[in-house]
Amino acid sequence: MTVDVVVVGAGIVGAASARALARRGLRVTVLDRRAAASGTTAHGEGNLLVSDKGPGPELVLAQHAAARWPSLVAELADELGGPGGGFPPIEYDPKGGLVAATTVEGAGPLREFAARQRGAGVDAREVDVAVALDLEPELNPGITAAVWYPEDAQVQPVAAAEALLASARRAGATVRTGVDVVGALRDGDRIVGVRTTAGDVPAGAVVLAAGPWSGVVAERLGVVLPVRPRRGMVLVTTRMPHVVRHKVYDGDYVGATQSGDAALRTSSVVESTAAGTVLIGSSREQVGFDDRLRAVVLREMAARAIRLFPFLAAASAMRTYLGFRPYVPDHLPIVGPDPRTPGLWVATGHEGAGIGLGPVSGELLADLFTGAAPAVDPAPFRVDRPAVVGADHGAHHGADQTETIAEAS
Amino acid sequence: MSARTVVVVGAGPAGLSAARAAARAGAEVTLLDASDQVGGQFWRHSARPAPDERRYHHGWGTFTALRDVVATHPRVTVLTSAQVWALERLDDGVRLRVLVGPADAAGREHLTLTPDALVLATGAHDRTLPFPGWQLPGVTTAGAAQALAKAERVAVGDRVVVAGAGPFLLPVATSLLRTGARVLSVHEAATPASLARGWGSRPAGLVGTAHKLGELAGYVGALARHGVAYRVGEAVVAARGDGRVEEVTVARVDARWSPVPGTERTVAADAVCVSHCFTPRLELAVAAGCAISPDRFVVVDAAQRSTVPGVWAAGELTGIGGAEAALAEGWVAGHHAATGPGGPDPADGSDGADESDGADESDGADAGLARAVRRRARSVDFARRLEAAHGIRGGWTAWLRDDTLVCRCEEVDAGTLRAAACATGSTDLRSVRLTSRAGLGPCQARVCGRTVAELVGARDDAPGACGASPPATPDRRPLVVPVRLGDLATLPDDPPPGAPQPGDPLPGGPDATSTRPEDPRVPSP
Amino acid sequence: MTAPSPHDAGPRPLTITLDGEPFAGTQGQTIAGMLLAARRRAWRTTSVAAAPRGVFCGIGVCFDCLVTVNGARDVRACLRRAADGDVVETQHDPLPGASA
Repeated sequence: MTVDVVVVGAGIVGAASARALARRGLRVTVLDRRAAASGTTAHGEGNLLVSDKGPGPELVLAQHAAARWPSLVAELADELGGPGGGFPPIEYDPKGGLVAATTVEGAGPLREFAARQRGAGVDAREVDVAVALDLEPELNPGITAAVWYPEDAQVQPVAAAEALLASARRAGATVRTGVDVVGALRDGDRIVGVRTTAGDVPAGAVVLAAGPWSGVVAERLGVVLPVRPRRGMVLVTTRMPHVVRHKVYDGDYVGATQSGDAALRTSSVVESTAAGTVLIGSSREQVGFDDRLRAVVLREMAARAIRLFPFLAAASAMRTYLGFRPYVPDHLPIVGPDPRTPGLWVATGHEGAGIGLGPVSGELLADLFTGAAPAVDPAPFRVDRPAVVGADHGAHHGADQTETIAEAS
Repeated sequence: MSARTVVVVGAGPAGLSAARAAARAGAEVTLLDASDQVGGQFWRHSARPAPDERRYHHGWGTFTALRDVVATHPRVTVLTSAQVWALERLDDGVRLRVLVGPADAAGREHLTLTPDALVLATGAHDRTLPFPGWQLPGVTTAGAAQALAKAERVAVGDRVVVAGAGPFLLPVATSLLRTGARVLSVHEAATPASLARGWGSRPAGLVGTAHKLGELAGYVGALARHGVAYRVGEAVVAARGDGRVEEVTVARVDARWSPVPGTERTVAADAVCVSHCFTPRLELAVAAGCAISPDRFVVVDAAQRSTVPGVWAAGELTGIGGAEAALAEGWVAGHHAATGPGGPDPADGSDGADESDGADESDGADAGLARAVRRRARSVDFARRLEAAHGIRGGWTAWLRDDTLVCRCEEVDAGTLRAAACATGSTDLRSVRLTSRAGLGPCQARVCGRTVAELVGARDDAPGACGASPPATPDRRPLVVPVRLGDLATLPDDPPPGAPQPGDPLPGGPDATSTRPEDPRVPSP
Repeated sequence: MTAPSPHDAGPRPLTITLDGEPFAGTQGQTIAGMLLAARRRAWRTTSVAAAPRGVFCGIGVCFDCLVTVNGARDVRACLRRAADGDVVETQHDPLPGASA
């Protein structure tokens, strides 16, 4: 039986896309070469942030996401049973974020950034050190500026993605894991399904939601898509009596997300989890898909975290993991049809914001797919924008650059 | 040309033997152990060895000879209290990150090693299958009882039940007796039939394992003289008590280790030591990228070479063969690590020389190597017999209840685990762990990892192309042990490739950088 | 009978405290060994069930025996040699309050 849509990738973006499409009555099959929610989704921190986004289309999407998450959480709880109902809790926590500058030079840019965000409707409240310490008693009192963002939230990303997938299944979707896409089924120019390691999967349309591997899968489908991996490492401490109450990060994070610089960048993102451990993120490296541990990266992350929270010096890091975030040269997600290739749709490129933006991106894709009125303006995320379709040469250049960086590091 | 540098991680039988063989073959050797003494778990001993020390150990003479050789050899640096906490893969080798100082102390000294060759001899630890009440104080692994008896002459309890599977239970019971504990009984889950199948069949190698069997028979006899019954086909299936173990339930099990209904009986005890053979410590091997076999051992060739250039492995990492096999494998690994890829092939020993002592100093390296190769061949047979006789059988899950803890750290019970796997429909270990929290506590699934994987039917998906996330094995731990953030923050820079290492604290050792000029015992602010 | 045997000519005595209570032992003993020799079987309290834990693996694998030593958390009592005057504290890290 031919399905209406095959979604490639069972991370949170693929899961959300499958759910949104299936709930509109479409027959959906989700494919993943590994297990569901095992790639980028499983290797981040679960950030649902507006605080790190400057005015622009990504912020608009993030604001829509921040508004959408609470109702989505309620829908999933109704559908799957909340905590105690069998499905693991997705640990959605609208805890708010506190951004602090740790240097004298960092204070001004942070305040200016917050002011511009306020102009775009973000609840960004500049607070003095006393208030910041009230919000976060363990915070280093030597901080130079702080901004409080009540709209920031956190979620357990794997549980969230699994919940979206479970919901999609209930709406009739099929999820097949361990199935690798190796090529496109074509009818002339049109893509009419995928060839996989488990046979052909004919479909009315293909949604590419393979995160940082989207560029690779696109190539197998005969399309160029300049999605590249950016590597991030996370440290997890043992459980501690100290609690970091909110998402707390240093202002350099803002610069790091919006920079295309290849060099290692770290900024500290510190938060407690529901289990009492402390998560520390996140480095940003452009080293291709190199997954080798670099201890000096952990050093930089640890040093920055301690600068924010001195108590962390005595904390034991018990685990570290790394993930690859999908990014596009203009640092905006890609959501929508690929006008170069009829039948191909794309939902990827969310960089480090995919957990927060995934659900609304899936819904936006479904809006466009079914001709419904989109909740946000889709134009900035379209496939045929210059940063995406004009990047044929850039993609190759990027690959070369990545190799050079890997050697140099 | 300067001598090849070899780092050996783990100073148990395999590591000691490897260090000696590598030094004999001309390499500059650094032998690391996290403990503050050499000997590993097998020869774990009192901080001040007592006159009767050898009573607690098998092959104590072999140990002291090896220990003395590596301690006095001009090309061996022995570094104890040296915890390798990370291994970085480089384009042309590996880099070890080490903290030197008291266990888990803050402010230990950093050491970075980039050897020409690495020998992993990190050994194994007990595997214990969960059962209701196993989290109660007084329930320990058999290895805990053994370590406390050997190193501190402390018994884990007064009235002790020993249970599980494998010949290791016998020396543990003997050690407990020596510390003054009363051993009530030893329960081996393997049934008489599988014991007969594993140990009784006669194919090649029986001659080689005969003395092993004699050793075990000796233990059984010693236990019998103390009135300790060795009961096969039985398991401890529950422990109960208020705040500590007070009694256990013992039951007969069938060939698949399912308890036989109606055979349960209660035994009052204040300690119960339970182990079901061993599981290798694979962290460094996995971090190095070594291929791991489906039964979770490091894959090595005849020269004990792993699939990663420059990395060798020996001892329990490559198969549970016991100390004698570890000595032999260490010898082979150390020799070839020292001579490098261009070295001679391992000899296929045929000189019929003396085979009594792995630490024989009386002859040349070649004859010793040849002997080691022969001994190692027998160990393969021993490992196979061990698995045939005592290997874990799937029926044990019948003694689990929904409220039986599987993950001791995060206190996740079997019911929660099954529910998480069922609700998400996932058999992916990573997903189940993240949604249930099983395996996410301080031990990082060392205790429960394989059990969780087996309970949820997890599989290792084949890694995909170009940087797919590696399969979620329970053995992947890039941080080999917890590290304080304050210590991470003071890590020295990567040594530039090929550059001389300033301040090398190890004369003649491999490239090494050490930082923190101040007293490493002073905690960092 | 579970005390260390007097095998050594002069094992140096030492004293540590656990939550203020003194424990006597000798040089070379681990913290866990000292506590067990004094018949103390449990010291850590778990986070979820607030249940007692002591030594399980005895060789640094299971992290059940964690204690705080001289202010440093997460020290494996089964590995750490006691030093005279060590101030040892039991650990109990409850789960964070109702978040989420």
